[in-house]
Amino acid sequence: MTQSLLALNDLHVTFSTRRGLVEAVRGVTLSLGEGEMLGLVGESGSGKSVTGFAITRLLDAAGRVTAGDIRFRGQEITRISAGDFRHLHGAAMAMIFQNPRAALNPIRAVGDQIADAITAHKRMPRDQARAQALELLRAVQIRDAEKRMAAYPHELSGGMCQRVMIAMAISCNPALLIADEPTTGLDVTTQKVVMDLLTGIAAERGMATILITHDLGLAARYCRRVVVMEQGRLVEEAEPKTLFHAPQHPYTKRLVAASPTASSRIADLVPEEERGRQFAAPVAPRPQPAPGTPPLLEVQKLAKRFDQGAAAVADFSMTISAGESVGLVGESGSGKSTTSRIICRLIDPSEGEIAFEGQSIGHIPARDFHRSLFRKDIQIVFQDPNDSLNPRFTAFDCIAHPLLRLGGMRPGDALRQRVEECAQRVGLGIELLTRFPHQLSGGQKARIGIARAIACRPRLLVLDEPTAALDVSVQAVVLQLLDRLRREDDLAFLFVSHDLNVVRMMCDRTIVLQNGRIVEQGESRTMFDNPKTAYTRELVDAVPHIEPGLAAFAT
Amino acid sequence: MPALGATVIRAGRRFLSSLPALFGVLVFTFLLMRVLPGDPAVFFASGPNAGKEEIEIIRKQMGLNKPVPEQLMLYLYDVGSGNLGRSMMTGQLVTKDLRERLPASLELTFTALLIALVTAVPLGVLAALRPGSIIDHGVRFFCALGVCVPTFVSGLLLIYVFYYLLGLAPDPTGRVDIFASLPPRRTGFLLIDFLFAGDFDGWWAAFRQLILPALSMALFVVAPLARITRASMLVSLGSDFVRTARSVGLPWWRVVVTYALRNAILPVITIAGIVFSTMLGANVLVEKVFSWPGVASYALDALLSSDYAPVQGFVLLMATVFVIVNLLVDILYGIADPRVTIG
Repeated sequence: MTQSLLALNDLHVTFSTRRGLVEAVRGVTLSLGEGEMLGLVGESGSGKSVTGFAITRLLDAAGRVTAGDIRFRGQEITRISAGDFRHLHGAAMAMIFQNPRAALNPIRAVGDQIADAITAHKRMPRDQARAQALELLRAVQIRDAEKRMAAYPHELSGGMCQRVMIAMAISCNPALLIADEPTTGLDVTTQKVVMDLLTGIAAERGMATILITHDLGLAARYCRRVVVMEQGRLVEEAEPKTLFHAPQHPYTKRLVAASPTASSRIADLVPEEERGRQFAAPVAPRPQPAPGTPPLLEVQKLAKRFDQGAAAVADFSMTISAGESVGLVGESGSGKSTTSRIICRLIDPSEGEIAFEGQSIGHIPARDFHRSLFRKDIQIVFQDPNDSLNPRFTAFDCIAHPLLRLGGMRPGDALRQRVEECAQRVGLGIELLTRFPHQLSGGQKARIGIARAIACRPRLLVLDEPTAALDVSVQAVVLQLLDRLRREDDLAFLFVSHDLNVVRMMCDRTIVLQNGRIVEQGESRTMFDNPKTAYTRELVDAVPHIEPGLAAFAT
Repeated sequence: MPALGATVIRAGRRFLSSLPALFGVLVFTFLLMRVLPGDPAVFFASGPNAGKEEIEIIRKQMGLNKPVPEQLMLYLYDVGSGNLGRSMMTGQLVTKDLRERLPASLELTFTALLIALVTAVPLGVLAALRPGSIIDHGVRFFCALGVCVPTFVSGLLLIYVFYYLLGLAPDPTGRVDIFASLPPRRTGFLLIDFLFAGDFDGWWAAFRQLILPALSMALFVVAPLARITRASMLVSLGSDFVRTARSVGLPWWRVVVTYALRNAILPVITIAGIVFSTMLGANVLVEKVFSWPGVASYALDALLSSDYAPVQGFVLLMATVFVIVNLLVDILYGIADPRVTIG
């Protein structure tokens, strides 16, 4: 490692947008040795991906390297011709992208795509290229590799697509591999398998790797050196251990605090010096319900079958008492979203009983439930704050809509007061109420989604991955907000999430689903500390931790 | 190949499910013709001063004195047994007229669509490769021109330039020179029939007759095809999988053709199907300008003379063609895109 493989020197990248020039990367200097694995961590807008794309010259047409240089094997590569760069692409440096399914050509068999990547750099007959592609599919541990050669991306799972992508990237044994959020959007167990595979292959073939991620835990688990970026600048560079135990830069401190870990509590998510305001007013402990009162929600033997297919949910029973927070976890396809949608009566169950405060609501068709008196008692916060808001409604309209439809209010001063009160409770500035969703940030949109859900003072809030699309620092604030609202209003939560650390913090009890059936349930902390079933243990083990003892290096 | 069999079965089912729509078209056109002003009996009486009695006799002959529901039942029975009625204009069976004239229209439309596609797709791709450049603006200008100029104007212009000024084209009347001998009829498509007969001089003559009307039709539809190619090519070029293709160092042409264009062509197939069905029926103006013996000008003449049977037959024919073309488009789409299964 005498000479570095890659060296960035004061790199600047600028995008020309409608609102003028925007500098996305402002002076990044870093170097990477042969075979080294570097973590590049930051939140959205930090410039981490742009740095990656600048290195491989895959920036959008609007983006340009305006200053600084990139040296690859000692050669300056920002000014070489497109034709010369083509010989580097794939052969010397390759990328693995976020969203693997979109990154593959949807109408070309995956075997052909890998063969294309091989023949781009080596002259060989098609048969031979396909034989090599098959070898690569075996190398990335795809089962039935022969059959999968002819498969199209839509026929493969996300994890499988990412393996194909890895096979393409390593097809010509590049010296540098840049993985841009390679496992974002994949299940936690799939994430572990894909990351283990990726690091294993990189180590075996001596490829230097840059892992671009928003997940500190992931970077800590797999990289020896981690670089933190904020607003286009490098703010800190250290070994994971040092970074997490003695972060120097205020931004790193905030980021480390906001990343939920197995032991963190809601209050820990904001660094000590910034705490105080939110938790000023302690809330009185919840009074015990009088004996004999029915639980807030009681679900019995719920089942859902979509036409002909296997049951999406089967034999699902649970109760939630008033003010309780229950987590629902599982991988994609486990039926957690279906269950939550049945409970908030957006779809009909095939079998089973749902009772709300002792009254059966399961028999009311989902189509008519909006007329039921219980509609305003059960509200939902959706996963994607961007797509779940009407783009033609202002923030005010969004929050006022349920009040008009369900709360029986009329437009006027009372409504305005109520909407403003809701906005204040979720920490949304009154001046933002006139804006449309596209004029707001992700965190602000999430707040609107929450304000809309609590506007009618529901008793049960179903939260479907409410923070999955948010950055960790925003997630921290939103989680704290939700927790405070729950205490203040004695709200019950059904919290659907794939993030075990978040569920552990937010929920008193947790239910683990697999293939539509309950695998295990119990008090959150106890269950995750001592899982009884193999599946729960697998889930818990797959979560990347940043604790010193658990930070096992894969390479 | 089981997949192909499944496609055929699904295509068949799809066709069957469009039969009710065809039936609706049949009834609707029939009623529409009865509602429109104009009495065919008056029209086909011996002269303007034909007596009331004579007209009554003709009405009786034509069955127009019967109540409309009964007329409809009779008509449906006839259509069911393959009889579309007799044209008062030509005195021939409508089925015979249409069979003679449809190949002329189809040949013209196919050629025009082919010319349009061959022009529009490269133009769209060029425009998409350099958005905002001179080429892009040039393509936009050309497309706007094609849409703005009505087909009969561009047709007349083409005739003026290539026939009158330059003398390159033959005189614009019909499919072949009236003195030329026709090849034995096999498909009705002259270009194909001449090839079968091995008559290359005849083929060349027919081709020369065909090229001007086809061009003026093509000009009109280049715009939508080029615009859709450009738009979907832009989406394709900006997609993640094209970035992937570049990231592994595929040659430029391979990225553009194999990765971007093959994906971008899918919506173009859909639009081409719609454009084809529209052209076939709507380009009556071109057929008129070039005296082309097609179905559209036949239907227009029939409509003007209140000749019910040919108009009804024509509408039914168009509806059927539309259904078939849509079916073909769906099948093509299914072949081109493995994600789609038609159903």
